[in-house]
Amino acid sequence: MTLPLLAVQGADEVSGSGLGAVRLAWLTIALPLLGVLVNGALAFVRPRARALVSLVGPGVLLGAFAVSVAIFFELRAHPPEAPLIVTLWPWLHVGDLRIDLALQVDQLATVMLLVVTGVGSLIHIYSVGYMGEDPGYARYFAYLNLFVVFMLILVLGASLPVLFIGWEGVGLCSYLLIGFWFTDKTNADAGKKAFLANRVGDFGFLIAMFLLWQTVGALDFATILARAPTVLSTAAATWITLFLLLGCTGKSAQIPLYVWLPDAMAGPTPVSALIHAATMVTAGVYLVARTGVLFALAPGTGLVTAGIGALTALFAATIGLRQYDIKKVLAYSTISQLGYMFLGVGVGGYTAGIFHLVTHSFFKALLFLGAGSVIHALHHAYHATHAHDDAQDMRNMGGLRRWLPVTCTLMWIATLAIAGVPPFAGFFSKDEILAAAFARGAEQPIYYLFYGMGALAAFLTAVYMARLMAMTFHGTTRLGEAQQAHVHEAPASMTGPLVLLAFLSLTGGALNLPAFAGGHEGLEHWLEPVTRAATALRPLTLPTGATEDTLLAAAVAIAVLGLWIGFRTTLGRPVLPASIAPPDTGLARLLNRKYYVDEIYDALLVRPVVWLSDKVLWRVVDQGLVDGLLVGGGVVGTRWLGRLGSRLQSGQVGLYVLLFLVGAIWVLNAILG
Amino acid sequence: MLLGPALGLSAVLFSLGVAGVVLRRNAIVLFMCVELMLNAVNLAFVALAQVYGVGGYLIVFFVMTVAAAEAAVGLAIILAVFRHHQSIDLQNINLLHG
Repeated sequence: MTLPLLAVQGADEVSGSGLGAVRLAWLTIALPLLGVLVNGALAFVRPRARALVSLVGPGVLLGAFAVSVAIFFELRAHPPEAPLIVTLWPWLHVGDLRIDLALQVDQLATVMLLVVTGVGSLIHIYSVGYMGEDPGYARYFAYLNLFVVFMLILVLGASLPVLFIGWEGVGLCSYLLIGFWFTDKTNADAGKKAFLANRVGDFGFLIAMFLLWQTVGALDFATILARAPTVLSTAAATWITLFLLLGCTGKSAQIPLYVWLPDAMAGPTPVSALIHAATMVTAGVYLVARTGVLFALAPGTGLVTAGIGALTALFAATIGLRQYDIKKVLAYSTISQLGYMFLGVGVGGYTAGIFHLVTHSFFKALLFLGAGSVIHALHHAYHATHAHDDAQDMRNMGGLRRWLPVTCTLMWIATLAIAGVPPFAGFFSKDEILAAAFARGAEQPIYYLFYGMGALAAFLTAVYMARLMAMTFHGTTRLGEAQQAHVHEAPASMTGPLVLLAFLSLTGGALNLPAFAGGHEGLEHWLEPVTRAATALRPLTLPTGATEDTLLAAAVAIAVLGLWIGFRTTLGRPVLPASIAPPDTGLARLLNRKYYVDEIYDALLVRPVVWLSDKVLWRVVDQGLVDGLLVGGGVVGTRWLGRLGSRLQSGQVGLYVLLFLVGAIWVLNAILG
Repeated sequence: MLLGPALGLSAVLFSLGVAGVVLRRNAIVLFMCVELMLNAVNLAFVALAQVYGVGGYLIVFFVMTVAAAEAAVGLAIILAVFRHHQSIDLQNINLLHG
């Protein structure tokens, strides 16, 4: 099965490999697209065909995962030095601009492929149980499949415009899925907010593309990365990367555009796990790693990226300390962890950033799906007892360990992983990022500050995660007697993926096991052909020996201390159910209200725009200028001309003849004279 | 050769016809003035045919045919208008004014 226009460039470097799987890279996109068509059609025609949807929805993902695994093994057997370009067909050939619809298969893309299709498959399977009773079941899977289509276009795109198709597409799917239960206005509003915040970022992305076209004269990654070091001045590289970074802050929920992600929790929980934790929001990190050469040419942007990352990590972690909605805690945790990734790629530790991206997708997906399991159980209990409490408010939970032992155990694994306790996955990836930031501090001391912020955020991460676990699963339960009888563990289709993710959260560190733990940094070597050009321009020497040991000891101490403090302080005080809990005061209130950032944005941005639209654009421009002067003026002018014309139609034949005569004489004069 | 006087007479007759059409209000008179204009033109054609060949005579026959047809239709219209308005004063027949 090959497409007629299929051609693989760079294939000669992999002599004799045959490249069977790489040629089929388009299948990873085509299979979910098939799922979109089938599920989309079913959503219209037979919304009740749950069995077929349950088969097709996760099935196509598993197929895509199988192709991804095949690609991985092929690349492992014959690691290419340059990315393999699979050209599907020509797209835009205008003047000097030549953009083909081409896929780029290399080590970095393969990592993303495996994460998206692997974690995606697990979340699709989980969704079968979680969304099983939803009336929009087929529509849900159509959207979810469509998301995977665009996400794979994003990671496989061989040029910025192709990547941009995926970039916009995942934004669309994010919007559709946040507002999945659109009959509730807050959900629809959350979707719109996500879309608008992302538009701001997309503007930056577009400007960056224009600038790249103007300066480098190419938009495909291979040419850009090859030409950029010779043709780009530092100033040009800085502008381009700053605009790219603006795009990344939108998609990856960094300061200042992070505000949409907490609201995005309005969508179904598996969506939060897949799109708003594991895959889409990491697109910004991927883009920075992909265009690493440009960022290496602009050290100023590296500083900004790292600074934004460190600040976001710390800022979001503090907000996470005082949220009561279990998904909101995880949302701020995601923002915080994305901040780590940006810190990693900002200091030039591309492998560290991607490593954390991968491990984060494991344990954060697990946390979200675990939270989904809790919400699912409580929702059923409340539904069965006709109670109307908030199934996501941790103040209504407590002591759930008794009824949800499996979920509790698995979520503890994820908690230890995200807190950075060895030997769980998060420890290694987070440590690598902090070590990279520390190493950069030797050149510019400000990076020591970023390291400190990162370390403090790591401490806060441990605190809020321990708080989440303590409030949810430990202590005395705040469920009513009636509800307790109805709380039970989720079906196997939901716990199964959780177990697999827990296994990955436990062992994910092995992907890039550092030397001190007896490993040989597999991911580092795997990604080396991709990151080589960037690291050559901006080398990074990770600390070794005593410094490394001190950093490790500090990281472990921070994690354990944070977990202990978070657990003790939460259980030390009684928690009151949401309905009777007094409002927070002081600092807690400031954190609970998220530093009033939404209110500030509302006052500074939303209201002026609304005011401008209402008072100026609508009342003056639309009503006054367009309706009044242009439309109204046209009416008056036409009417006036019409009156003038009708005066001539007096009905007196003699007058007509006279006018005809004058006209005839005038024409004759014009012809003969 | 009386070309000059013939054309002069034709112009005078034509102008009389135009003046009648513009100034008179009686439909029958107006109609006669139109006939006067046609015949003024016929006179000019006949006169010029002596210089330019028989084409002018030919056109005169056409004009006379058309004028006869026009007279039939025009008188019928005037009759119909009179039945409707009980008048053929064109000042009163102005239903199509703006």
